[in-house]
Amino acid sequence: MFKLSSFFRLNLDLFWGRLFGILTAVVACLVGLILFFLVRESLPVFHELSWKDVFSKSEWYPMSGHFGMAGMVFATVAVAWGALLAATPFGIGCAVFMVFLAPRSLMIAMKMILAIGAGIPSVVFGLWGLTVLVPWIAEHQPPGASLLASIFILGLMILPTVALTSYSALLSLPSSLRQASLALGIGIKGHVLSVALPAAKNGLVAGMILALARAAGETMAVLMVSGNIAAFPSSIFDPVRTLTANIALEMSYATGQHRAALFASGLLLAICVLVMVVFAHFFQRHRIHE
Amino acid sequence: MSERLFEMIIWFVAALSFVLIGTLIFDIGRLGTSGLSFDFLTQLPVNSGRAGGILPILTSTLIVLCITLTFTVPLGIACSLWLSEFVERKNAAAQLAKIGLDALAGVPSIVMGLFGHVFFSQFLGFGFSLLSGGLTLSCMALPIFIKTTVEGLTALDSDWRRQAAALGLSKTTLVWNVLLPASSPAIAAGLILALGRATAESAALIFTSGYVDRMPESVFDSGRVLSVHIYDLAMNVTGGDKAAYATALTLTALILLINVFVIWVSEKWLKGGALNL
Repeated sequence: MFKLSSFFRLNLDLFWGRLFGILTAVVACLVGLILFFLVRESLPVFHELSWKDVFSKSEWYPMSGHFGMAGMVFATVAVAWGALLAATPFGIGCAVFMVFLAPRSLMIAMKMILAIGAGIPSVVFGLWGLTVLVPWIAEHQPPGASLLASIFILGLMILPTVALTSYSALLSLPSSLRQASLALGIGIKGHVLSVALPAAKNGLVAGMILALARAAGETMAVLMVSGNIAAFPSSIFDPVRTLTANIALEMSYATGQHRAALFASGLLLAICVLVMVVFAHFFQRHRIHE
Repeated sequence: MSERLFEMIIWFVAALSFVLIGTLIFDIGRLGTSGLSFDFLTQLPVNSGRAGGILPILTSTLIVLCITLTFTVPLGIACSLWLSEFVERKNAAAQLAKIGLDALAGVPSIVMGLFGHVFFSQFLGFGFSLLSGGLTLSCMALPIFIKTTVEGLTALDSDWRRQAAALGLSKTTLVWNVLLPASSPAIAAGLILALGRATAESAALIFTSGYVDRMPESVFDSGRVLSVHIYDLAMNVTGGDKAAYATALTLTALILLINVFVIWVSEKWLKGGALNL
């Protein structure tokens, strides 16, 4: 009797183990499935056009068979890097403020507002950009919807992410570093610039790469403030169109080659972002203090 | 640069960030409350949403979230348990699965929308429907949920596992009666993160659950979620700004409500679980 029950019990463990293993395999293979379908749907565009044409020209006239994406690739890169460069000093500044300078009550207030900011949907950032920021820029330098507006809105959107990841990177440093600095009579400036930030470097960089990936993949917020003209911008006040916005704008009526070109841009975007995510993990794995 | 100047710069940078994000939150509250009322939440949209309310849109949003939850929670818990309890940490298959999950978390939402459109709407034949939308959101929510849950499970005292083994408890009993109840705060945190992301999502839903602002009659109907409604009002409907802000406030409040609700449920579950031990 005892043997029988233990037999069933063992089998039950085995059963759950197998079932959970299969389910995990299915979920983990989803990303492969995504890439497979993107490749399948984008193949038609490369039957007639070459990769070189698609990525070296910036004439995007889908109706007459011109699928040059160079302008939109440039816009995507410019918006994402611009947002990261704008958000990083502020994000790290907020983190340093919370860890080293802020009185307790201000630290909590800061953390709360960052948490709420990180939870606000991107479409709401876009709405605010469209109704408050764009008219304000248009007053000084028309048309308003521009590369600058996109960088501002995306920068504001990733600021809480950068700040919160930098904050946890700084907090995870051993307290002995701070004690050593205090014992040596090093002030906050010296400690932050020469001890804390270098020691937390990998965590900070990982957070920045993730923020960059998020900015490059963002659609709605950019779509609403960028002006959506598919050409090379000649200044920061010119309207631009990113790859993501292009997909969102044209997918609903695209057919044939045009549709395949949109899937190709999606594939390109996915591959770029996946490479960034892998990089971020490389940095996170090699943290100095774990 | 003197010590004093450095501190002043940091104070200035932090204050500016605080003011910028604060202004955004304040504006949503200020511009949203003027259009928000009980009628707004319980009426049908009139004139493309310029007047009337958002009842069908709110309903669609909740249905999509329920579908997302139905697929994410059981699947996510199964994957987390396998990764943390049923295989060794160094297992090659588990490492590979983790890389796959990380990659899945990195897929941009518009690309996820393209995939959902081709796979769920066309390949599986669900069309533009709440089901397609919910499934697409599940793909985005799963890696976030699994990551947090695995972290919660690995953080548990490993003495419990040894004690369970000493008592001759099966792995099944250990998991259901000890580990899952004990890790419920982590599971709740994962749910908050995943649901928050799913509620905020718009790009992945345009091509999967669609634009239709009628009242959905089944999960195979197309329906418009709150975030898509905000986008449409702001971009395609002139004079829709007021309703857009009211919807934005509703959406932001919904996300905050989900946070509070999940924390409350997890506390109840934790108490029940702790007493049953």
